[in-house]
Amino acid sequence: MYEKDGEKYFIVDSHMHFWDASRDNWVEGREQYAKGWIDCFYGYHQLAPPTTHWEWDKYLKVSADDLMRDVFEEGHVDKAIFQSTYLKYWYKNGFNTTEQNAAMLDKHPDKFIVNGRWDPRDGDAGLKQLEEDAARWNLKGVKLYTAEWHENGSRGWKLTDKDSYRFLEKCRELGIKNIHAHKGPTIWPLNKDGFAVEDVDQAATDFPDLNFIVEHAGIPRIDDFAYIAVQEPNVYAGCSVVVGALMHARPKFFARIMGELLFWVGEDRMTFGSDYNIWTPRWQVEGLVDWQMPDDEAFSDYPKLTTATKKKILGLNAARLYDIEVPAECQLPAAGEIPAQREPEQPGEQLVTGAAGAGTTA
Amino acid sequence: MTLRDSVWQALGTVLDPELDEPITDLDFVASCTVSGDGHGGSVADVRLRLPTFFCAPNFSFLMVADAYDAVAAVPGVTRAEITLTDHHASDEINRGIAAHAGFVEVFEGEAETDLAGLRRYFLEKSVIAGQDRVARPLVDAGVGPEELAELTLGSAPASPALDRLRQRRAALGLPDDDDAPLLIHADGSRVSSAQVPLHLRRARLTRLGIETNGEFCKSFLASRYAGAAGTGW
Repeated sequence: MYEKDGEKYFIVDSHMHFWDASRDNWVEGREQYAKGWIDCFYGYHQLAPPTTHWEWDKYLKVSADDLMRDVFEEGHVDKAIFQSTYLKYWYKNGFNTTEQNAAMLDKHPDKFIVNGRWDPRDGDAGLKQLEEDAARWNLKGVKLYTAEWHENGSRGWKLTDKDSYRFLEKCRELGIKNIHAHKGPTIWPLNKDGFAVEDVDQAATDFPDLNFIVEHAGIPRIDDFAYIAVQEPNVYAGCSVVVGALMHARPKFFARIMGELLFWVGEDRMTFGSDYNIWTPRWQVEGLVDWQMPDDEAFSDYPKLTTATKKKILGLNAARLYDIEVPAECQLPAAGEIPAQREPEQPGEQLVTGAAGAGTTA
Repeated sequence: MTLRDSVWQALGTVLDPELDEPITDLDFVASCTVSGDGHGGSVADVRLRLPTFFCAPNFSFLMVADAYDAVAAVPGVTRAEITLTDHHASDEINRGIAAHAGFVEVFEGEAETDLAGLRRYFLEKSVIAGQDRVARPLVDAGVGPEELAELTLGSAPASPALDRLRQRRAALGLPDDDDAPLLIHADGSRVSSAQVPLHLRRARLTRLGIETNGEFCKSFLASRYAGAAGTGW
């Protein structure tokens, strides 16, 4: 919990990692990929305040103690949700597997939620693995990486692929209701457009009982993403990278992106994620609580953030998705106890109704 | 103008398709030299570099191929050698460009579609974003929806953004003459005054997506090549 000016914020870090990019874990003959990958992440790391920067060697792998300190003792986080990223093509034991994350869960069961993963290209064996993982870790969510390479030679897949639907149906059956899809900056997809967001649209329509959290808000396809989010009530903006990469390094871009997300997606469907170990959560949590839309004329048609907005983004929205119990002192006052602070209109509503004549979709 | 100036100018027409900016402005040109080929002609040797090792190979391929075409077309250049450095697909791309192969041939068994559609997708984005670039200063100066809907390319204030918008519209086969409306839908049809506010709201968002990505790329390039200046001038 983070307390500031008498307000108590329940913090859910809904997108974080515990990776191993150490040299011992590099696949022989593919070292350049393993190094290239972590170098990319280290580029992102540079966008944080300099006082929080780590040496490259530390960045390869932190200890369990480092993580507990950075995230919980210093980082104000109440509950952290591990997302896995396998990358076994060039990291021997995987970059950040469910097993690695689960080892932390075993030691600190009250601190973590572990999300699973699947890949439709793994077929029946993958379905069986998902069932086992769900039973073992009580999965409520998965992280999907549609641009991931595969040993079968494929360089990516789409949520709308036939085999993908088998896995989404399996998620439904197993009670896994949160589907985090990595749709971010275009590093790495080989085929046409591995991080295009259109597949989320169809999948979200066909699986209305699942939630689709688009991590990194689809940047740079934020426009495509926003129009999907307006129309699909079960689509969320995962704000990992949005806060970490922009709030400190590009504050004006951060303000605009936040303004657009608040307009198109709305404060009830935005979730905070620190993206640890790319960045530590402390400066992000404290910075976001202190942050406000600038007063300049250029930002005048973006909404100001209320305390309630920040509480929702920093934890309450994700707590709702994952059925996490929130202490009474951190909850919002019940409806009716606070005056309405915003127009009742839904974000981007004119686009759906066509009231303003949006024209064809880009 | 020296031959190197001409080569540089040609490189300035090559765009990062996703960021919609010239590779020369983005500092993607690591080196650019011109030398004699020993037979009275000139060899242009250009080395390109990108923000990360994993920059998408499809975009990377387009830039290298476009750079080859632009430089090879410069009068006086008898041979163009374009090399992509420090990239996970450098070998494939460089071999492909040297052999004049297309993307699908270069990544045989891995890539399924050629890149014309991808290029078009980003040009369409550019045409939407470009409308915000041209119209935003007018909106800020108090020009209302009715006037904006009536505004033509010929009557909009001259600016580099307007030139760029015209070029992108021409490339897509959209109207780019003086009488063409500034604000158009993706199919080229006129935006009505009632549609202007939301149209511009969307144009601004598209532009923001492109420019935010550009900020990432610039910072990654700067940290990757800190201390190793490119050849910009």
